[in-house]
Amino acid sequence: MATSTSAGPVGGSVWGRLPVVSHLRMSVGLQRGMLVAGVVLTAVFLFVAIFAPLLAPYGFAQTSDAAGPFPTQAPPSPQHPWGTTVGGFDVLSRTLWGARTAAAVIVVAVVLSIFAGVVLGLLSGYLGGWLDRVLVVVADAIYAFPSLLLAIVMSIVISHGQSSLWGGIFAAAISITVVFIPQYFRVIRAETIRLKAEPFVESAMVIGASSWRIMGRHIFRNATRTLPLIFTLNASEAVLTLAGLGFLGFGIEPTAAAEWGYDLNRALSDATSGIWWTGIYPGSAIVLTVMGLTLLGESMNDLADPRLRGRRRAKTPRHGTTAAGAAGKDAAA
Amino acid sequence: MSAATGADADRTTGPVLDIRHLAVTFATDAGDVAAVRDVSLSVAPGEVVAIVGESGSGKTVTARAVLGLLAETASSTGAVLVSGHNVVALSGADLRALRGPDVAMVFQEPSTALNPVYTVGWQIAEGIRAHGKVSRKEARNRAIEALRKVGIPDPEQRVDHYPHQFSGGQKQRVVIASALALNPALIVADEPTTALDVTVQAEILDLLRDLRDTYNTAIVLITHNMGVVADLADRVMVMYHGDVVEEAPVGELFARPRERYTQDLLAAVPHLGRHSASAGMTERDRAGRELLVEADRLSIEFPGRLGAPGFKAVDGVSLSIAAGEVYGLVGESGSGKTTIGRAIAGLNRVTGGSLKVFGYQMHGFHERTFKPLRKEIGFVFQDPAASFNPHLSIGDCVAEPLFVHRQGDAAAIRRRVAELLESVHLPASYAGRFPHELSGGQRQRVSLARALALNPRLLIADEPTSALDVSVQAKVLELFRELQQQLGFAALFISHDLAVVDMLSHWVGVLLRGKLVEEGVGSRVMGDPQHPYTRRLIASLPVPDPEEQARRREALRGAPD
Repeated sequence: MATSTSAGPVGGSVWGRLPVVSHLRMSVGLQRGMLVAGVVLTAVFLFVAIFAPLLAPYGFAQTSDAAGPFPTQAPPSPQHPWGTTVGGFDVLSRTLWGARTAAAVIVVAVVLSIFAGVVLGLLSGYLGGWLDRVLVVVADAIYAFPSLLLAIVMSIVISHGQSSLWGGIFAAAISITVVFIPQYFRVIRAETIRLKAEPFVESAMVIGASSWRIMGRHIFRNATRTLPLIFTLNASEAVLTLAGLGFLGFGIEPTAAAEWGYDLNRALSDATSGIWWTGIYPGSAIVLTVMGLTLLGESMNDLADPRLRGRRRAKTPRHGTTAAGAAGKDAAA
Repeated sequence: MSAATGADADRTTGPVLDIRHLAVTFATDAGDVAAVRDVSLSVAPGEVVAIVGESGSGKTVTARAVLGLLAETASSTGAVLVSGHNVVALSGADLRALRGPDVAMVFQEPSTALNPVYTVGWQIAEGIRAHGKVSRKEARNRAIEALRKVGIPDPEQRVDHYPHQFSGGQKQRVVIASALALNPALIVADEPTTALDVTVQAEILDLLRDLRDTYNTAIVLITHNMGVVADLADRVMVMYHGDVVEEAPVGELFARPRERYTQDLLAAVPHLGRHSASAGMTERDRAGRELLVEADRLSIEFPGRLGAPGFKAVDGVSLSIAAGEVYGLVGESGSGKTTIGRAIAGLNRVTGGSLKVFGYQMHGFHERTFKPLRKEIGFVFQDPAASFNPHLSIGDCVAEPLFVHRQGDAAAIRRRVAELLESVHLPASYAGRFPHELSGGQRQRVSLARALALNPRLLIADEPTSALDVSVQAKVLELFRELQQQLGFAALFISHDLAVVDMLSHWVGVLLRGKLVEEGVGSRVMGDPQHPYTRRLIASLPVPDPEEQARRREALRGAPD
């Protein structure tokens, strides 16, 4: 049994071994429901992010069309299904375009942090010594910082608080990266230290393999199993940090890109005057995106652990009912 | 409490345990797995029934079913009647009422079965207080009484000690004491001595035997060790793949096994004094041979925690291994045998004395200068499941040393891998498989192939068969012997199992707490031990023959410590 659990899913093809697909195959019941909900929400988010130019009726910074300038703070109407904002932007278009910005920030932030985090984690865990101690202290110091505060500091340093589309995306992504590197670093370092004592790593040492070969060939692939999981959880945190930055006014300018946090900030004063559509839609977009990514990550976490994974009840073994019935009578007698 | 009164009534009349057509199925990722198919067993009061079988035979699942301890993914049918109550049908409070007064369990690993943050007295009292209103003081007194029963000295003081203050054998005594606290009619012992050293195992087996004789407690003993069975059991049930193969009184089973499977199983058990590799040898034949390993007053010390003194794992050991010689190193856990093996391979640092490997001084060695010598050393690890990178195919694993030491191009390496796999009796097509697709014995053979890939002159085998079933162990040992004779490499064979060491080694060294207490020709050390510790070690080893074991037991009891 130990071998069958460590062997992972039975599906032999590459498709069957992909993280989400393999998880979906082995899930059952409520866990499957959570995973499917996560997958659907995340898929919708990605779909919108990719096809925003086709889906959105207007551009993200558009305040007028052939029929003249848009009304400001107009309630939902056929021309503007989700209404318009105080600045005359179309809420539906801003919300759809916002998915694009969020996706770009996630990708840039995770790609930047994953490489640095994994390499530093491997080196620190395998080589140990002073390098390990220094890196751990630095990682702890970054941990001790409130991540949003750090992101604000970074965004001021990088772009002086204001920026264009890619400047803004990179400012947000890099500030998130700084916070994320220690997370990847920690996870990979812990796995490396555990794997270092495994007999298969020791057997490579006995053979005389170099440290680089051991790290690259033996530890790396075994240490990265949990990465898809941290990736999804960090992705949701990236969305929240970006929205937080935007809400506080350190995000991307409305003319450079649509950003949900900025829109929420502008909708603050609307809420008291009964204008609900400017806040509800970007707010829901943030909630649903974060929820989708979190559900995806959490269910992958539960499914990856054989102890947390639910299974279908086994079918009743052969001579079932008769023996049990007879025994029941015996016990009663 | 009806369960308790039922137990009292049954203790004099019917069987304490009656399993009828038990079947257990687990839901796993790979579909349903039938762990137990059809098991029927009846245990009378005061009887010791051993359930033996190899891993995966369903013996532990059967034992856990008796206490209703199966995982949530299991579903079972049939009946398990403990003192007249069907455990399969019970749940929750009824099941808890049954556990303790009627049936108790002794687990395999005593250090994990006890909670480290509570005193042992508290843990024993917890079980007592869970069944009926007992004052704190009364429970404590009963805990002391239980500790006295299992032979813990000074139970009045020891009751307030924590688990880490006890030795491994004493911890197992405490576990047995808490099982006994409510005076159950039946104790289920799941591999109670597997995690213990032979000398401690002998004490625990004695204790279990005394309990049966004094309190008429029935014992269901789960084990894979035929020596333990021969020592303790009255009746034996042999299981294979979830089915009962054979059931017979112990004397009959060992003398006249009916089934083919039982016969093979018994034949595979290594028996001290039979098939000794050094039979007929009288002295060490090493004239003109090169010394590959020379240890002179070798010491290896592990640093202690802040302020505490370091731990001396190896303390002034002098030994040598000549070319072509198999050196067997025996000792109990903590004797330093593995540390010596690892130091020779450069996995542990030498802290004192001198250790020369191929003439290279390992005291203060540098990886860079030692590396060229690594191709002369092969290493076989204990656990075949963990000693392969799960992401590499078998072929890549075996080829690893060839790549690292740049032995030819890819095609040459592929040929060599096929050759190596065939030399360990595996088809060359296995090169494309992954480690998890192989059985434990096959993996250990691949491990041997990898260790021999560079034609090393020295092989270090650290308990290479202790994680394997007996029948598989026999095959791996046979292969090891064959390859050693064929290729003529020298070997350091490390094991806690005297019978296994005797089968392979020409020269044997016995380690006790880091010191080499006896050394000599294998058959001489086993047949005529000089040091008292060696004598005790050999006397404690249960032999798979009930009559011979009974004689040895008497001799051991009579012998002074």
